[in-house]
Amino acid sequence: MSAKISVIVNGEKYDVPGVEPRLLLSDFLRDTLGLTGTHVGCEHGVCGACTVLVNGDSVRSCLMFAIQVDGSEITTVEGLGTPEELNVLQAQFREHHGLQCGFCTPGMLMTGEDLLRKYPLATDEDIREGLSGNLCRCTGYQNIVAAIRSAATKRSEKAS
Amino acid sequence: MNSDRPAQPLDVLRPRNVGAPIRRTEDPRLLTGRGEYSADRKPDRPLHLAFLRSSQAHARITRIDTAAALASPGVVEVLTAESIVKDFKPVIPFSRMTNYYATPILPLAAGKVRYVGEAVAAVIATSRYLAEDALELIEIDYEPLGAVSRPEFAVTEGAPLLHDAAGTNVLVAREFKKGDVASDSKAAAVRVGGRFEVTRKAPLAMEPRSYTVEYEKRRDAITLYTSSNIPGIVRDAISESLDLPGHRLRVVAPDVGGSFGSKGSLYPEEILICIAARRLRRSLKWTADRLEDISSSSQAFAEIVDAEMGFDANGIAISLQADVIGDVGAYSIYPWTCGLEPVQVVSFLPGPYKIASYRGAVRGVATCKPPTGPYRGVGRPISTFVTERLMDLGAKALGIDPLEIRRRNLVRPEEFPYRIASGIIWDRTGFVECLDAAAETAGYRELRSLQADARKQGRLFGIGIASYAELTGIGSRIAVAPGMPINTGSETAKITIDSTGAITAAFGVASHGQGLETTLAQIVADDLGARFEDVRVIQGDSDEVPMSTGSYASRSAVLGGGAAKHACRILSEKIKRVASHLLEANQDDIEVFGGKAIVLGTDRAVTFRQIAKAVYSDMKTLPVKAREELSATYTYDPINGTTAAATHIAAVEVDPATCFVRIVKYVVAEDCGRIINPLIVDGQVHGGVAQGIGAALFEELVYDDDGQLLSASLIDYVIPSAPEVPNMEVVHVESESGVEGGFRGMGEGGTIGAPAAIANAIADALSPLGIEVSLLPMTPERIFRLMEQAKLKSRGKSR
Ligand code: FES
Ligand code: FES
Repeated sequence: MSAKISVIVNGEKYDVPGVEPRLLLSDFLRDTLGLTGTHVGCEHGVCGACTVLVNGDSVRSCLMFAIQVDGSEITTVEGLGTPEELNVLQAQFREHHGLQCGFCTPGMLMTGEDLLRKYPLATDEDIREGLSGNLCRCTGYQNIVAAIRSAATKRSEKAS
Repeated sequence: MNSDRPAQPLDVLRPRNVGAPIRRTEDPRLLTGRGEYSADRKPDRPLHLAFLRSSQAHARITRIDTAAALASPGVVEVLTAESIVKDFKPVIPFSRMTNYYATPILPLAAGKVRYVGEAVAAVIATSRYLAEDALELIEIDYEPLGAVSRPEFAVTEGAPLLHDAAGTNVLVAREFKKGDVASDSKAAAVRVGGRFEVTRKAPLAMEPRSYTVEYEKRRDAITLYTSSNIPGIVRDAISESLDLPGHRLRVVAPDVGGSFGSKGSLYPEEILICIAARRLRRSLKWTADRLEDISSSSQAFAEIVDAEMGFDANGIAISLQADVIGDVGAYSIYPWTCGLEPVQVVSFLPGPYKIASYRGAVRGVATCKPPTGPYRGVGRPISTFVTERLMDLGAKALGIDPLEIRRRNLVRPEEFPYRIASGIIWDRTGFVECLDAAAETAGYRELRSLQADARKQGRLFGIGIASYAELTGIGSRIAVAPGMPINTGSETAKITIDSTGAITAAFGVASHGQGLETTLAQIVADDLGARFEDVRVIQGDSDEVPMSTGSYASRSAVLGGGAAKHACRILSEKIKRVASHLLEANQDDIEVFGGKAIVLGTDRAVTFRQIAKAVYSDMKTLPVKAREELSATYTYDPINGTTAAATHIAAVEVDPATCFVRIVKYVVAEDCGRIINPLIVDGQVHGGVAQGIGAALFEELVYDDDGQLLSASLIDYVIPSAPEVPNMEVVHVESESGVEGGFRGMGEGGTIGAPAAIANAIADALSPLGIEVSLLPMTPERIFRLMEQAKLKSRGKSR
């Protein structure tokens, strides 16, 4: 038993036949589409490394089946900036040394994008709360918070 | 350097990159999903491995039936210990230590299992899903042999033996002694002590262990892409085990998602996947799921320490004694042995202090758990916790301020080099300077007055200090693990300018988040006179240098940096020789910087590209003899290595209702020698402290008496998330070390200081209730119990 699904990932349309119902969205992105920027750190919904945007909302791709996203629009880390032209948040991560091994980073960026779009993030505590579902073992979070703070400032400067 | 003004010597001598907060070379790829971790490799039609792991803690395997699994869809092969017996030689974690038993390392359990999670059989199938389906069809019969879970039980008479051939569960025993502890202790004005314990931890890198092996038909060769921080050691060990020469076995650590020690030993799965690739002549992939990773990667700490310190009336520590039991798990790991962690506890127990007499005895005891191995700090988080608790207990008993008692006991600037009572020699480092800088930055006096106010209001506010020293970048005179025969004391840099003028610097180190591609390029750029962006650093690839080990023990900046500096010196001389021909100038008048060789005081210059062209491509310009290949290799050995030190100060408040510990202030003053990149140094400190906070407050691998792991998910094994980690202030006391470049290692220190500082702060906060802290982690539940007991006690007294 398998299904055909259609998705738009990072602006590109994919029609994929033969998708097994039990195939996780994370495995679909990584193995079927070859988008290995999305990382898998726990496969039980705790670490947040696998976070992607589905129709604009952040979700844990290890907790969803691929067939659930049929007809959806997905953004993964590959859909943000490029090495030559990082997007605002990526650039601030680099500026503030918000990554070390880089394994949690795609999830942090996708969660960060979601937070920046949806919440005012008035205090750094708000940022920390917003990140509480994303684990990083390298950075101690301080520079990640600084990067998101700085991206928030830059966005509001642009908006005004 | 764009102006046309003639170059002056000052421009040349000023280092431009070392010391600067340069943004990392690694970041653009890692920020855009273009990094490549082992699991991201996409070999041609790979097969997938899945492991059947033991559900038993200690049992004889009486039958394995793989027939049904083999018939399952997509399954290509099922391997057991029996079926691979001719494919490898066991790897032995050898050591010259006396009283040590080396347990052989096997890819799959043979005969019996010794912990829950040990790999027993491997299914190879066309997809991971199908391989996992087939696992359920394997039948195994076990005959239980009795679980050994608690180390105190393991050493009792009649406890089941994990390794019959060892004749005991004590896999390693050592004693360090100096002076007459017994009589010094008797003479002491006060003696403080107790039983201290740090429970078992998981290093828990966010990337689970992951291996991809790629088979190359043409040469019957394999390349193992491994999430390892010791690819060189893995290459050499597997080469020997599989009898495969190094030029047909390449081991690469590509981007690695953190290690902290958990990826710093040879793993059975690494051997097995190579065996499978050779048998099937196919590429294969395996990535641990989180449960597998927690229950089969090397674990950490797990020591019980009975310790006592004696002080004279002035607060000078005069004696220290300790008996340590290390719960080392079921096997000794390769190459570090099971002695690494517990022995390090006793060798570092005197810390940065001048304690006259010492006795430290340690036993590493086998239990039915995965082996302990290196974890950020190795041994020293525990030794520092114990010694710093004792310092505070002594201060309290004598009515001396905790800051002051440390100042009286630290090795002073004029006393270096200083040999502490366990035999370790500290070279000139800012011990007292760190203490003072931390106290000043934290506003120690103000914190004390805040505390006095808080206490008046009945709030539980405490301040904790921890000072420590560590050996980093150690050379060949000291083995990283006791008695270990592998050379961990040197590191090679191979720097080449090719025919296009491009610069490639290859090292044997293996970054797993530390940003070595950036920091080593900073050093090369300065010392070679190149532009930072023109230097490409290659590391973590066994094909790039003849011998390598990897990154561990805070060695890479010191050893890799030292090797780079030497190699640059040789290469820069070659560049000058060529340039002197091309520029018709005296070699001594030529300086190299910014990717050019320049005649000082003139505007005559040649670029690296022009130089490369003249050497390699052009048959006319240079005399044959002057066409020296533009490359240099240097293997650097700092012989002894160097000390790094720090003082941490934490202020905490304990909520009496929830028993949660809130960290209100955290300051680190550290001496890591000359700083290569301040962004990276601070990042290492932040991350290390966060791990220390986890060890102090949350993290605990709980095994029940049957040897079953009760905290195998990230829900039960709690690591700090963003709200639990405070902002940290980091100050640097930058005293240059005696090694090449003046660097000191600094990757581990944060984790060494934080548990002790937080433990002392909690003890200080709870001292009005008469509570002492002797066990970590101090979870809310433990604090609650201690507070309840204290209440009962005080009620009993008042009655
Ligand atoms: S991999 Fe999905 S939350 Fe951890
Ligand atoms: S950067 Fe390594 S886990 Fe976050």
